[in-house]
Amino acid sequence: MTEILTAVIPVVIIGVICAAVLVIASKIMAVKEDERFPKVRECLPGANCGACGYAGCDGYAKALCEDGSVPTNLCIPGADGVAKQLSEVLGVEFEDVVEQVAVVHCSGDCDHTQDKVVYQGIETCAAAKLLYGGKGSCTYGCLGLGDCQRACPHDAVCIENGIARINTRQCIGCGVCTKACPNHLISLVADVERVVVACANKDKGVETRKVCSRGCIGCKKCERACPFKAITVQNNVAVIDYEKCNDCPDFGICARVCTTGCIVQTDLNGMHRFK
Amino acid sequence: MTKLIIILLSAVFINNYVLSRFLGICPFLGVSKKLDSATGMSLAVIFVMMLSTAVTYPIQFYLLEPNNLGFLQTIVFILVIAALVQLVEIILKRYIPSLHKSLGVYLPLITTNCAVLGVTILNVQEYPVAGATTFWWGFAQSMVNSLGSGLGFFLAMVMFSGVRSVIEGSDVPKSFKGLPVTLVAAAITSLSFLGFGGVIENLFA
Repeated sequence: MTEILTAVIPVVIIGVICAAVLVIASKIMAVKEDERFPKVRECLPGANCGACGYAGCDGYAKALCEDGSVPTNLCIPGADGVAKQLSEVLGVEFEDVVEQVAVVHCSGDCDHTQDKVVYQGIETCAAAKLLYGGKGSCTYGCLGLGDCQRACPHDAVCIENGIARINTRQCIGCGVCTKACPNHLISLVADVERVVVACANKDKGVETRKVCSRGCIGCKKCERACPFKAITVQNNVAVIDYEKCNDCPDFGICARVCTTGCIVQTDLNGMHRFK
Repeated sequence: MTKLIIILLSAVFINNYVLSRFLGICPFLGVSKKLDSATGMSLAVIFVMMLSTAVTYPIQFYLLEPNNLGFLQTIVFILVIAALVQLVEIILKRYIPSLHKSLGVYLPLITTNCAVLGVTILNVQEYPVAGATTFWWGFAQSMVNSLGSGLGFFLAMVMFSGVRSVIEGSDVPKSFKGLPVTLVAAAITSLSFLGFGGVIENLFA
């Protein structure tokens, strides 16, 4: 018994002394924490997706507390609701959030393009991409093995008929899938837009035509049809400048003139519209 | 005096805690990304090493050994070091918040850092207050050894942050990106330190 006591008592005494020193030190040298931080953190959704450009929700909340010039409308998954709360807590003016949804720039599903090889490797796009640019005949297109689907935190992506499709009603606009795609086919587009180019093939029209019947052949019909000069063909693929594309009197003309049907009219109204 | 210099230099180069004894790898890999946070971390480690040696050495020879409590060494040392690191953290948070921020989670990690515990335990083993030496001579040797160990950690961190900035700029295969290539680089850096073996003793021979 005495052996145990002679061991326990010194350790306890040392522990108590250390604790006392620490308590005194933390009382004397206490730092005032920003009391807004927990409130600001509370407003954010906690998805830690990084769409705001900070390292997770904690990082954004910290930046908001410390630097008054950080805008409150950076949280895309949270949308207007979160921005409103944030501006209330921080006492700044409310700024509208541009809600975004992900868009896949490929429409080469199994009906419009073919496989050039039978792929039996690891079922990820990144691995398939390493072998001759994927199993599909088009090396720019969707590999269809679902890297984006696995990356999506909100189950908004599915692989349908060989290519990725985004369920815009589910998409929170975090942009995780845009980084997961090895062909960089997914981009974020403001959810008010209504036309997208669903092709990313940068080959000449003849080459594109050979591999996919929905591919952009760079015919420039859309370029001539657009009243605002918002569409340009760059690197043999049409690109829409969304800053110029607005309130078109002849809406959807680009999609109608497109010979291959790679410019599509869609409804990008995301989940935020339906809240 | 020569003995102290030998202890200092061999602690920095030959028995480098990170690169030869492989202690304190966690902060070595974690904080060596940027030179300024590597420097900050190393300064904190030097400080904590010396402070904890200064406290644990007397505890060992005035409290534990006379009372036959040598078996409590590990737990008492950890207790004391943890409290010291917490104290350092409180002080840094109050007076040098920028350093506190750049050290981040690694400062609390010094609490259970094996390099710090290793220094204190090796000090009482290698420089004991035995019949031949007095307390103050052993204490001086221990302090010099912990200073050298801290400086060695500093050297390794600064060198490795340079290595890492080169790695960052180079085209690494995807499967090697991040930790794997860092570990390979660390192994090569550690190999280079083996070249110091036997140099220091012969300097003063």
